Amino acid sequence: MNTAVRMVNITKTFPGTVANDRVNLEVQKGEIHGLLGENGAGKTVLMNILYGLYKPDEGQIFINDIETRIDSSAAAIKYGIGMVHQHFMLVPSLTIAENIVLGREPTKDIVLLDMAKIVKTIEDTSRGYGLEVDPEALVRDLPVGLQQRVEILKALYRGAQILILDEPTSVLTPQEVDSLFKAMRALEQQGKSVIFITHKLKEVCAVCDKITVLKKGKVVGTVEATQTTPQELAAMMVGREISSTCEKGSLQPGKTVLRVEGIQTLNDRKLLALKDVAFEVHESEILGIAGVEGNGQTELVDVLIGLREVTKGKISLDGKPITNISPHERIGMGLSNVPEDRQKNGLILDFSVLENLILGYQDKPPFETGWIRLNLKRASTFADELIEEYSIKTPSKNTLARHLSGGTQQRVVLAREFSRKPKLIIASQPTRGLDIGATEYVHKKLVEMRDQGGAILLISADLDEILTLSDRIAVLYEGKIVAIKECSKTNEFELGLLMTGGNNE
Amino acid sequence: MVTLLRATLPQIVAIVLAFLVGAIVLLATGYSPINAYLAVIKGAFGDIYGIGQTFTQATPIIFTALAFIFAFKCGLFNIGAEGQLLIGGFTAALVGISFGDLPVYIHLPLALLAGAAGGALWGFIPGILKARLGAHEVITSMMLSYVALYITSYMVNYPFIAPPGWVAQTVPVTPSAELPRILPPTQLSASIFIAIGMAVMTTLILDKTVLGYEVRAVGLSTSAAKSNGINVKNTVVFAFVMSGALAGLGGAGEILGVHHRFINGFSPGYGFDGLAVGLIGGLNPIGSVLAAILIGALRAGGMTMNTVTGVPIDIVSVLQGLVVLFVAAPRLISYLSRKGLATPRLVKSALAKARTLPTEIKRIFRRGGS
Repeated sequence: MNTAVRMVNITKTFPGTVANDRVNLEVQKGEIHGLLGENGAGKTVLMNILYGLYKPDEGQIFINDIETRIDSSAAAIKYGIGMVHQHFMLVPSLTIAENIVLGREPTKDIVLLDMAKIVKTIEDTSRGYGLEVDPEALVRDLPVGLQQRVEILKALYRGAQILILDEPTSVLTPQEVDSLFKAMRALEQQGKSVIFITHKLKEVCAVCDKITVLKKGKVVGTVEATQTTPQELAAMMVGREISSTCEKGSLQPGKTVLRVEGIQTLNDRKLLALKDVAFEVHESEILGIAGVEGNGQTELVDVLIGLREVTKGKISLDGKPITNISPHERIGMGLSNVPEDRQKNGLILDFSVLENLILGYQDKPPFETGWIRLNLKRASTFADELIEEYSIKTPSKNTLARHLSGGTQQRVVLAREFSRKPKLIIASQPTRGLDIGATEYVHKKLVEMRDQGGAILLISADLDEILTLSDRIAVLYEGKIVAIKECSKTNEFELGLLMTGGNNE
Repeated sequence: MVTLLRATLPQIVAIVLAFLVGAIVLLATGYSPINAYLAVIKGAFGDIYGIGQTFTQATPIIFTALAFIFAFKCGLFNIGAEGQLLIGGFTAALVGISFGDLPVYIHLPLALLAGAAGGALWGFIPGILKARLGAHEVITSMMLSYVALYITSYMVNYPFIAPPGWVAQTVPVTPSAELPRILPPTQLSASIFIAIGMAVMTTLILDKTVLGYEVRAVGLSTSAAKSNGINVKNTVVFAFVMSGALAGLGGAGEILGVHHRFINGFSPGYGFDGLAVGLIGGLNPIGSVLAAILIGALRAGGMTMNTVTGVPIDIVSVLQGLVVLFVAAPRLISYLSRKGLATPRLVKSALAKARTLPTEIKRIFRRGGS
């Protein structure tokens, strides 16, 4: 009778993956329940099912001990479930009050908005939970923390008894996190349930009553927050047998290729995204950057390829400073980039395979000849060679990249970036979304480049990948390198703990 | 050949549809569409004068269509070709009236170049505003068209007005700056050759040069272009400058080839026609030459149609609008052209069935008889 939510044997499959595999979850009234897991563990999918955005293939949902079918978010709201997504869904040009009542506007005299009543209601609600806002402020002028507050108030205004917060802290400053936690506790006191999705161990220990850990779509276990430690949680999150991880031949690293010295940079919100980051990558070495996404990886790559300004510190490539030179010049100096989002940044989908294979090198010999002429004949032979060498499965070199499979698209990117004999390769999430065969191919190629003397910086959220490929591993947490370890002298438990800030050093 | 047909099919279907709907409009207003269309064709291609008129009308809109296309390939909407054409026409006129005794092979290229430069300058402004400040090029290029209109209007009404000052126009350019007329007595000038040359050049730049490659890369994916070291801002400015130069050259062609002086309001909206023609031409430089000839023919033939059949000349605008409408509705067109492609096959299979019919009938009869 005190159970707010009971999800039983929830299974949800997507083509190719099982997102949720017979998941059980129980959340009491007046409880903050943490949902912990790595990227892709199935946390968000589970909550989207509860909120009516996905239909489970199997399983039952009980709300207040009554079996319920939730087939839309409207139904979820009716049952008192509210969800605050990672990406806010607010109308920037409306006021806070207008956003909160959107879709359920109280009226007087049938047609007139009862603004006075709205403002009063909101002031009462927000004070009750320590979520003070100025109802008449415009949403577009608010910092992200306050926008999130508006989202929470919106859910409460609609009568939410069960509030789902999907990685609410990933966009917040530490002060904003503190006030969010206060609000969560106030909600708890009022008998509401809060489901808190995160992959940060510290936070989960700080605020939750109970914690359920998901891994690869399955529940690893549910524990009382007082009965566990960050170490135990980290082990549950990555939890698997320790395997021999570094199977590639060991090489003596050569001279320093990339040197990063104490760099800082700001993210798009003008907050510090990298703090005093320093590391080196040598010839014949793969340096893995481990870390949960959103801890500064994107900004680090941007800074290295020249798309984001460095506010402090120095970067040099092969002994030459490159701190604030253009991406164009860096490519000319032998920097290669396998971007995280290959469809957005790696390829031009409406360019042919041929055109994509010279992207970034179109203005360099042998393709640029004479004044500004693009030597299509050379580009064409070059494309033929690469299609052969990298076994790019394409009907022809004139096929648009859009029509290729994800693995083949990545082969196009690799072929282009590796065929230049680059000094440094930056590979971000190089196997994301690829099947096993394609993943193996990418791994093999990366090791091959390393064996030929290449310096490789590998950024990946996949610990297995990092452990398999890297010679050394740097852990990025909240914009800082918290540790650099020899691959042979560490394991996933230690790394998992470091990645989630569970280390108290 | 098949691929060419497939690529141009939507355009052709759109044109045919526009003429069909135009026919309905004509019928509804009590005119004979057949007579009207025949009059258009006769007027546009029936004699030397018609042909001259057709190509004269087509020339400036080839330039403005190319201007639209070039910017569009970089992902930019240059809808300010009108202003770039006016400024280009004016700067060409300035050079044309300024030097008295230059040889033609220096004076004429100089005047043309001045036209291109004037247009380029007028394209540079929205380009740099977009690159540096993110100002939307649709707004800026559009507004700059009005600025150009009023500046040139002021110039030819006051400082540069030809004496005695009754008409808002400059003095004639010196003959050494005139583009030769190629089909007297019509106004058709060598500007048409420049237009076609520019269409070829535009194709070459876009397809065969590093700059063209970068323009297309930026147009298709700014983020990938940026990640791969292409300077997006410079490319945007370059595309706008090229676009403006093409429109400006069109203005110069009108001034030096047709009017031989800058006349206030010489452009009835060539810049905006360019947008339509660029779309009708499938955003392809050579396609837009053909589309411009089509529109030129409609305009030239429209006058004949008006005098012969009494159909108001405005029907030409209706037709042009309809073609654009149908081109801009690609889903409808691809649906119809799929049907259209399917028809021959359906007919063929129906015919094949029909051929076996006699034997079928015979068999039935035989069975009935036995």
